[in-house]
Amino acid sequence: MNVPEELKYRDTHEWVRVEDGVAVVGITDYAQGELGDVVYVELPEVGRKVEAGEAVAVIESVKTASDIYAPVSGEIVEVNELLAEHPEKVNEDPYGEGWLFKIRMARPEELEALLDAEGYRKLLEAEG
Amino acid sequence: MKHTPLFELHQRLGARMVPFAGFAMPLHYGSIQAEHRAVREGVGVFDVSHMGEFWVSGPEAQDFLESVTTNRVARLRPGRAHYTMLPNAEGGVVDDAYLYHVEPGRYLLVVNAANVEKDFAHLGGRAEGWDVVLEDRSDATALLAVQGPRAAELLASLTDADLAAPKKNAVFRARVLGREALLARTGYTGEDGFEVFLAPEDAPAVFEALVEAGATPAGLGARDTLRLEMGYPLYGHELTDETNPRCTPYAWVVKEKEPPFLGQERMGASPCDERLVGLLLESGIPREGYPVYAGEEAVGRVTSGGLSPVLKRGIALAWVQAPYAEEGTELAVEIRGRRHPARVHPLPFIRR
Repeated sequence: MNVPEELKYRDTHEWVRVEDGVAVVGITDYAQGELGDVVYVELPEVGRKVEAGEAVAVIESVKTASDIYAPVSGEIVEVNELLAEHPEKVNEDPYGEGWLFKIRMARPEELEALLDAEGYRKLLEAEG
Repeated sequence: MKHTPLFELHQRLGARMVPFAGFAMPLHYGSIQAEHRAVREGVGVFDVSHMGEFWVSGPEAQDFLESVTTNRVARLRPGRAHYTMLPNAEGGVVDDAYLYHVEPGRYLLVVNAANVEKDFAHLGGRAEGWDVVLEDRSDATALLAVQGPRAAELLASLTDADLAAPKKNAVFRARVLGREALLARTGYTGEDGFEVFLAPEDAPAVFEALVEAGATPAGLGARDTLRLEMGYPLYGHELTDETNPRCTPYAWVVKEKEPPFLGQERMGASPCDERLVGLLLESGIPREGYPVYAGEEAVGRVTSGGLSPVLKRGIALAWVQAPYAEEGTELAVEIRGRRHPARVHPLPFIRR
């Protein structure tokens, strides 16, 4: 299971990478494996204000629709337009081309409430 | 959680296992879509050993089955199989099933895994006073489904039987990999293919040989998307104890009989205020339970939905009020608060 060291994680299987005060958000390798073939991604509007823990996107796999939660509060400043044509990127490259949206953080201290790689690995072990 | 005889093999093949009807079953072996395509374009093999197998025999087997199933058993010659339903006394459906007339007067009824106990209790209750023998062989029977345009060619390499001759819905005994098997040209995918009934201990070797010969292992995920593209019902979704099958696209398996089958009069008398239809969406992916609208009026609900891997569009089966059931009717499915245009579409969604 690929759990990159440099990322932060929410216990609902989103990851966060901070670039210049902006949180890039995607779902983890584990999450994409659980979902199976991703066939559609519904992303938030750019400019939308979101709160940490709010459901802001939906990933549809062949089997089900799953909510994706904002790991931090702030404003959506960009979404991954590539996914409209290529939702399968979420499966193929969950930490790279398969990113979902970017949040300009209102309260960067919220990052501290997220898991580090080790904490997330433990969570996965616990989920078995 | 029950295991089929193929449990270890599924794990070795990397299957993602999920609980289904009390069994640990493979959902997929990596990609539902890839498995779906394999069955539409090549050949796939499914473990469907969780299904229930009842044998019905005895001097009155035909007349008994005539009374407890909706399709016409008298027309089912030895060596043939047909789709049917088990009616209840209220005009609803206990289960849908496939009935195989294996040998003269000896029948195999294949039922849904989730309903095995309910069905057997129901049939056992109805069998009182009939000179029939009912036997639940579900745990002693493994079932593989080899499906796809290349199914016959691939299976032919493992059997002594001539697979060119049997028509759709034929059933016959043969040896597969030297093991005794019952073969039927049936399935749940809309493709050509065979279902292979085996002794549990023989199933892993046959499944593995099929995979080695080029069949793609396929799980319940692909089985569901394949059946949905064909508009086939899944009990518990399109069909329930309360469903009147006359109001569905499967009304053709309901025959008026004399003497009548159980609940025939009530089934026949009930008006179809709602009808089960296929919906093709312009955008969005419909899922079970989503509401269906005609303008501002809620007129139905989705019973099964998903993205058609072949059409790349959302498709659904849905109950809608009868006036909106005409082919071509413009409706909408509400997906997360937004209405997505949907049109009543004939079944199957794809032409084979």
